[in-house]
Amino acid sequence: MPESPPSVIFFGTCLINSLAPQAGLAAMRLLKLAGAQVRFPRAQSCCGQPAYNAGFDAQARQVARAQLDALAGTEPVVVPSASCAGMFRHQYPLLFAGHPEQARAEQLAGRVVDFCAYLQRVLAPAWTDHGPPVTVALHHSCAARRELGVTQEAHALLEALAGVTVIEPERAHECCGFGGTFALKQPEISAAMTADKAEALRATGAVVVLSQDLGCLTSLDGYWRRQQAGRQFEVQTGLQVQHIAEFLWQRVASAAVQDGLPPRDTLGAPQ
Amino acid sequence: MKPVQRRFQPPWSRPSSLQQRLRTALARQPVRRNIARAMNGLVDKRRAAFPDAQTLEALRDQGQAIRDQALDHLPTLLRELEANCTANGIQVHWAETPAEANAQVLDIVRAAGADAVLKGKSMVSEEIGLNAALAAAGIEALETDLGEWIIQLAGEAPAHIVAPAVHLSRQEVAARFRTHFPELEIGEDIADLTALARGLLRDRFARMRVGVTGVNFLVAETGSLCLIENEGNGRLCTTLPEVHIAITGIEKVIARLDQLPPLLRLLTRSATGQPATTYVNLISGPRRTSERDGPHEVHLILLDHGRARMQADPEQRAILRCIRCGACMNHCPVYTRVGGHGYGTVYPGPLGAVLEPRLQGLQLQGELAEASSLCGACAEVCPVRIPLPQLIRRVRRDQRARQARPGLWSLWSRLQARPLQARRFTRALAGLAPALNVALRWLPSPWTRSREPPRLARQTLADLAEQEGFADD
Ligand code: SF4
Repeated sequence: MPESPPSVIFFGTCLINSLAPQAGLAAMRLLKLAGAQVRFPRAQSCCGQPAYNAGFDAQARQVARAQLDALAGTEPVVVPSASCAGMFRHQYPLLFAGHPEQARAEQLAGRVVDFCAYLQRVLAPAWTDHGPPVTVALHHSCAARRELGVTQEAHALLEALAGVTVIEPERAHECCGFGGTFALKQPEISAAMTADKAEALRATGAVVVLSQDLGCLTSLDGYWRRQQAGRQFEVQTGLQVQHIAEFLWQRVASAAVQDGLPPRDTLGAPQ
Repeated sequence: MKPVQRRFQPPWSRPSSLQQRLRTALARQPVRRNIARAMNGLVDKRRAAFPDAQTLEALRDQGQAIRDQALDHLPTLLRELEANCTANGIQVHWAETPAEANAQVLDIVRAAGADAVLKGKSMVSEEIGLNAALAAAGIEALETDLGEWIIQLAGEAPAHIVAPAVHLSRQEVAARFRTHFPELEIGEDIADLTALARGLLRDRFARMRVGVTGVNFLVAETGSLCLIENEGNGRLCTTLPEVHIAITGIEKVIARLDQLPPLLRLLTRSATGQPATTYVNLISGPRRTSERDGPHEVHLILLDHGRARMQADPEQRAILRCIRCGACMNHCPVYTRVGGHGYGTVYPGPLGAVLEPRLQGLQLQGELAEASSLCGACAEVCPVRIPLPQLIRRVRRDQRARQARPGLWSLWSRLQARPLQARRFTRALAGLAPALNVALRWLPSPWTRSREPPRLARQTLADLAEQEGFADD
């Protein structure tokens, strides 16, 4: 471990903020546990990707500008979503090209790193796995696979855990169909893609599906819960979905450290 | 397993015509199966054709550079091409619109005194609606590419730019043949079907006076046209009739002959996984006095149809690099589920989502850009590295600028840009989570038609971070 602990800024993402805060908290705790000093700037909100992908650049820029202020500094900015990290790294420079904030956008782009990649590449923790043996299916978002190329890192973090077997579904490279506003603009195609992905994941025989992106998990979970809703009296039809950070935290933190994690009340856990 | 569907649909979520087309295509299970099977095959073949990632990436760099160079110097190259073609005896015609191109073809066909033309596979002829224009003038067009011929018999449009009849199984092809040729004995074996088609087609070849084909690449320095194909019928179209008309878009030009091999290598491997096609035709003029065969006249029709405008835009120019390999659609999760007919345009898939709105206008086809999850599978395989998701976003951006109704997005962005208010707002939502989560389930939305809505947590991450001492200004 380095002499002075590395400082990082944590960007929680709007989805995690509202839908799976326990995953964001777990990610911050893991970074801390691995020796980093973590700072969560209060002024952060959303990376602006929804408006950007919808073609509303001016609106996206307005939101992105606020993040340039909130995330100012020189430390790495760790993001528990490859999709949002990709937005910062690859799209901000394009979004601000020719605008006064161009230099700041490029500076931020250079500092942003995906959570799994930072943990694995920089902090390289050697953790003890406290959990029982389990097989997990790992789903990589398209951003993790293609935009950032950080699938290896997520895989490696899980493989390092003694009790965990990681499998990937058939046609792992294919999009899960979430695609942000795509799910609303083309709900049928989106749902067909999600259904195929969900069935491929189920065919792995794993009981949990993990991902570094909450968007994909939201769509898969929504599909499985709808399946369940249609067949109340049958056996559980879907997998439990979990952000990779939350899963890692549950495995590596000893019972004592785990105390204080708020009750899970979203995404897969019964209310 | 089919997702359970909610019935009720509020009036504001009525589907557009594109959505309806996509929905219909999605519901055609047999077509979906055929397309998915064929696409899986093409994906596997492409992968096998590029065993070494480094070689592939180097080749892609080369391909992109060649095409970029050509497009950056398009006006100069086109002048050079025209001069060299003319010197070779090829008659060059410029068409700004599809109507102009059709009229030029008609003039040449009439001058040749023909009432029918042989056709080699050409997507540009689809783009300009040539067959319909010919038919309206009482001229028959006989498609010679097997796939094109099959869909011509069926009165359908191509379902794929490389494999037009990919949506049909061989049983369905055989069934179509039986309808059209009730007097013939027809099996379901692919080799038999091909042989049958060849026999029927070649029978008519000898009597045709005009052949119309597309072009894969135009070589400026030598004034030649390059056409590749596997069946040999394309070569017959360019050599047997007295008059050969080649029609293509102005962007197909490249500077030098030595740039052709890398592009061909990329094209065939990306399209079908073949190291090379069975036929590579390089045409540099009509029959010379010493030669015993070949057409007496060769015409080259160069179509603009919005391409010059795309070339003038540094971002849009990238789509003109396209070498029409089809890999982007073969790998597209949307295309592989709906096929070309789902899009209802000549060019489907990611290529179509970028190109069609420019050819036909945003008003008519801008919505195509919404039929993408921006997953990036297309850009990952495109042999000339076209940033398709970026260009799809560009279409969306241009659409929004045209429609100019940010509506809810303005509210959203104003909120997200004010950190304090955003925090208060998300905290309020979290406070109402139990009620909102029930409400979300019953609120009709496109999402809830097939999936349960996401559930809001009772506390926000911002508040948890605060409690645990991570928060900081
Ligand atoms: S856009 Fe790229 S992948 Fe698609 S057809 Fe053109 S060259 Fe091939």
